[in-house]
Amino acid sequence: MAQKRNNANRGVSPNPKTATTTSSSTTTPPLPPTPNPAAPIPGSSRPTSSHSATTTSAKTSASAPVAQTWDKVVSNLTTHYQKSTPQRTKLLDAFMAFLVVVGVLQFVYCVLAGNYPFNAFLSGFSATVGQFVLTASLRIQTTEANKKDFPAVSPERAFADYVVCSLILHFFCVNFIN
Amino acid sequence: MSAETLEMLADVGKGKSTRSVLRVIILALIAGASVASRLFSVILDPWFNFRATKYLVANGFYNFWDWFDDRTWHPLGRVTGGTLYPGLMVTSGAIWHALRAFTIPVDIRNVCVLLAPAFSGLTAIAAYLLTNEMTTYNSAGLLAALFMGIAPGYISRSVAGSYDNEAIAIFLLVFTFYLWIKALKQGSMLWGAFCALFYGYMVASWGGYAFITCLLPLHAFVLILMGRYSTRLYVSYTTWYALGTLASMQIPFVGFLPVKTSEHMPALGIFGFLQLLAFLDYVRSAIPSRQFQTFLWIFAGGIFVLSLAALVIATSAGIIAPWSGRFYSLWDTGYAKIHIPIIASVSEHQPTAWPAFFFDLNLLIFVFPVGVYLCFQELADEHVFIIVYAVFGSYFAGVMVRLMLTLTPVVCVAGAIAISTILNNYLVAKTPTEDQQAAEAAEKKGSKSGLKSTNKPVVGIYGLWSKILMVGAMAIYLLIFVMHCTWVTSNAYSSPSVVLASRMPDGSQHIIDDYREAYQWLRQNTKEDAKIMSWWDYGYQIGGMADRPTLVDNNTWNNTHIATVGKAMSSREEVSYPIMRQHEVDYVLVVFGGLLGYSGDDINKFLWMVRIAEGIWPDEVSERSFFTPRGEYRVDGEATETMKNSLMYKMSYYNFNNLFPPGQAVDRMRQARLPEVGPSLSTLEEAFTSENWIIRIYKVKDLDNVGRDHISATAFEKGLKKKKATKKRGSRVLRVD
Repeated sequence: MAQKRNNANRGVSPNPKTATTTSSSTTTPPLPPTPNPAAPIPGSSRPTSSHSATTTSAKTSASAPVAQTWDKVVSNLTTHYQKSTPQRTKLLDAFMAFLVVVGVLQFVYCVLAGNYPFNAFLSGFSATVGQFVLTASLRIQTTEANKKDFPAVSPERAFADYVVCSLILHFFCVNFIN
Repeated sequence: MSAETLEMLADVGKGKSTRSVLRVIILALIAGASVASRLFSVILDPWFNFRATKYLVANGFYNFWDWFDDRTWHPLGRVTGGTLYPGLMVTSGAIWHALRAFTIPVDIRNVCVLLAPAFSGLTAIAAYLLTNEMTTYNSAGLLAALFMGIAPGYISRSVAGSYDNEAIAIFLLVFTFYLWIKALKQGSMLWGAFCALFYGYMVASWGGYAFITCLLPLHAFVLILMGRYSTRLYVSYTTWYALGTLASMQIPFVGFLPVKTSEHMPALGIFGFLQLLAFLDYVRSAIPSRQFQTFLWIFAGGIFVLSLAALVIATSAGIIAPWSGRFYSLWDTGYAKIHIPIIASVSEHQPTAWPAFFFDLNLLIFVFPVGVYLCFQELADEHVFIIVYAVFGSYFAGVMVRLMLTLTPVVCVAGAIAISTILNNYLVAKTPTEDQQAAEAAEKKGSKSGLKSTNKPVVGIYGLWSKILMVGAMAIYLLIFVMHCTWVTSNAYSSPSVVLASRMPDGSQHIIDDYREAYQWLRQNTKEDAKIMSWWDYGYQIGGMADRPTLVDNNTWNNTHIATVGKAMSSREEVSYPIMRQHEVDYVLVVFGGLLGYSGDDINKFLWMVRIAEGIWPDEVSERSFFTPRGEYRVDGEATETMKNSLMYKMSYYNFNNLFPPGQAVDRMRQARLPEVGPSLSTLEEAFTSENWIIRIYKVKDLDNVGRDHISATAFEKGLKKKKATKKRGSRVLRVD
């Protein structure tokens, strides 16, 4: 998750520089509410409301408030994260960030130096991806807010599941690595 | 006395524990019935699997893995360990070892023969479990188990002795789906891991695993589109995908396919998409919704553009292989016929005829839509699965006869849901009184909120007669279904392809056993390493029953090799002879149904050989030249010169007219009167012809002693002893048993 956030940051970082030159903050309030009604369903509502956003206002003025709110979004997110996340969950997040770094390193190596022992690359890479996914699942299942989604899974049960699944994952990886 | 016993019987079904005991007993009986109904006739069929299992048991697992088989695909040989799905052999090998460990001495052949029925019993239980996840009626599960146990669509591939991959694959298919539903409902990693393990087992067993690989992502995708993304979906899907993909890559035959071919890309795509959704879900819970909007557009738009670019680049750079031909043939039924005749030539790959649906599913095909409709009414996550499965299963079953097998489970489940709903509505004995109704109606009016469908008045069936009528009708339908299944099983699906059964004019059964006769002849009269050339349909049988090396068999993936055989069969003798010499062919085997009227013979398959050969050598073989100018495919006097001179034609009709009075030779299969002078062969000599002429075996002549070519040599010999040659065969007297 952490990596994705970084990605997003990187992808949009050029925006603020260009945006600050043509800032006109008066147009900010009316813009965001237009797509609001479709909010609960992120998947399906995407194309229509983005369309409406671009048509209602000129493109130059649109980029400026977006950049500003973007900064606010990021700062909100970090404060929320630091305030409301328990210590244990932060530990999990650190592990996930580590896995992402390892996975990216492997991938970069594969791109730069070739994928000759493809078995080895695949098993190494899928070990990180699989472990990341399992850790994310554990994080989801142990989060207090998600409790009602998992009536059958207690935190202890979640951890036991996590261990079993990790064992299976690494058995396959070691078997596949040649 | 009788009243008392009746009361006792009625009481038995009331307690909760007695009910569960009854359920277990009924389930066991159903499993037993599904095993028993598959034992009508026992003949081991795909011989290759049996041979591989024997090898596995004799030489151990590691040798099996590295097995190089030099007796098939001559002269290439086959790296068997890397080119088969080992699940079936390993399963029966494991069962055999387990039985030995319990000191039950049993032959591996018996294990192989009874494997399919045993697994069909397990399939019935899996269907019970799957259906129980769908509905609260317990009877639905039992009905589904019963349907699954005796549905002819499934029996067709799992009679005793049909030792094929499908024998265990259908159980794995149903059970994987059950585990998937379980994982999705609970959002549990453990169930997801089980699902992945069984998926891995399925991959090891059958090429049809791609069906699961596509169906589960599709289900997830439909759920997301319906706005039903949940953390449970994330947990179960990602666990399944991460573990299942790794598990599937352990099989050498599959190897890197899951990351390289487009069939597996939807699963990967949904996997990535779910990561995004999970992240967005988290962000949404963290920040106010207005800010989330802007976040969403930037983030999602960026990711979408990036991934699209990556996909385009990867596909154009050839990292991801485009869709394979077999996959195209699923979308366009005409595709295979034009581009890959080898796939279209298999009878199992033909589009399904409409009567086949009724034949294989009978009553269930009518109640199947009702079951799907009932799923729409409830529409929880698991019901969406049934709907998606039903739509896709029906489509694919319509495209290929073979895929009827994958449709059968969902038809059984949906049919069971429908019938149990009907029975439950009509079997309730007590009628609600007027007061109760009024009270309920008042209650309903008070709470007039929510969806329209929840406000419907309770409709009950009060009339005793209508109940009896309906239940009686259902019971009769079910009885007819059982009778149909029994009839189909005993008549249509229990006659193995090796032994043909026909009816005599007086109604008695007549067994035609030419195949085994011919294979036995090969086994006893030819050298141990004599290479047999035949069309690929008979490759496994020759390898297994006659134990002789073959050029091509049922699993040859080398198209050129098959086309070589096709070319040898469809060319003139002068062309074919060098090909056969190059491949060290000693005997040529053809199947001929002209005497008996047997439709599955080589002349009927001949056009496929021509087409496949034409695909490789368009200059030398041309399909058009096998048709008369009027576009007819004929074998009589008006057949084209190319047809008459082809090796296949000559081998099929060689000496055939000696059976009949002069000028009256008739091919009973094609109802064609043959020319008075039969074809002559110079490079081959007849070695064996079976009792009913179904199998004819020819020996390839060695090079001539004095260096003549074969045609002049034959002409020379004919000139000398013409009379003797015709006398030798004379009118052949059929052996009378």
